[in-house]
Amino acid sequence: MRCDQVAEKLPEASEGTFALGRRERRHVESCLRCQAELVQYRKILRAMRAMRTEVLEASPGLLADILANIEEAGERHAIRSLLTGRRVAYLGGLAAAGAAGAAGAIVIAARNRSKARIRLAS
Amino acid sequence: MPTDVAELVAAAKEGDRSAFDELVRQTYAETYTLAYRLTGNEEDARDVAQDAYLRAFRGLNRFRGDAQFSTWLYRITANCAATFMGKRARNRHEALDEDTPLEDERPEVDPERRAHSLDLRDQLGAAISELPPKLRAVVVLRDIYDLPHEDIAAELGISVAAAKVRLHRARHKLRSTLFPEIDEVEARAV
Repeated sequence: MRCDQVAEKLPEASEGTFALGRRERRHVESCLRCQAELVQYRKILRAMRAMRTEVLEASPGLLADILANIEEAGERHAIRSLLTGRRVAYLGGLAAAGAAGAAGAIVIAARNRSKARIRLAS
Repeated sequence: MPTDVAELVAAAKEGDRSAFDELVRQTYAETYTLAYRLTGNEEDARDVAQDAYLRAFRGLNRFRGDAQFSTWLYRITANCAATFMGKRARNRHEALDEDTPLEDERPEVDPERRAHSLDLRDQLGAAISELPPKLRAVVVLRDIYDLPHEDIAAELGISVAAAKVRLHRARHKLRSTLFPEIDEVEARAV
């Protein structure tokens, strides 16, 4: 087994989740060059993991800008909800008026029908 | 007002605006840091961070709490950064190739900076910022923020296989930049 065959797998091997095959492992164990390369990948990975806890100083005014944007978005949302609510109320009113009208028409029609029946009977 | 992130999230989901504001206060520096690492400059990082919080605010009800809030925010930030960088590349009419470095990587171009790098961490920060954006995004999200390949692929709009290939290339480039000796020996041998 040659170094270049193993080299391709060393970046993943540094993470520890990718197991090298038995032959590859044996090669690394006996090859100083591949060992050195693996150590370098591991050093880089350790340094990167350590960077997670590093927090950069945010540029001035960023927090205020974020909060202002959210405030604006919140207001827009509230206005939209209000308009949607009014639209629902308006449509509800129309529907109620329509239903009342229809009910009235049915009542009138029923009354007229019963009057006509009485007239016919007399 | 609660101070714990989980309680703040719960309150914000109930419509408590001040709870969401507090969440922003507690997390914005970290979000900005990620945005900076992904975009490579302050101005773009500000835009990405602002956009990320707007999206988080609008989508908070979709946060189910099965991951940490910070992880959810990382994913949103990564997505915003990918969108931002994509738009920017289109506007420039020169889509950046994965192999196109943002800066000249030849040591002779800026030997002073390399010579004065204090330690591996400093050199690494510089090497990451010199990576092409597509490679940088994957290696930052995987190796610094420990996001799973699947999440990275989903937020960057690529396949898991492509994410893994980019990660491999990014790690290889970082090692070649930080430890050029082995590659030099190899080149001499060829």
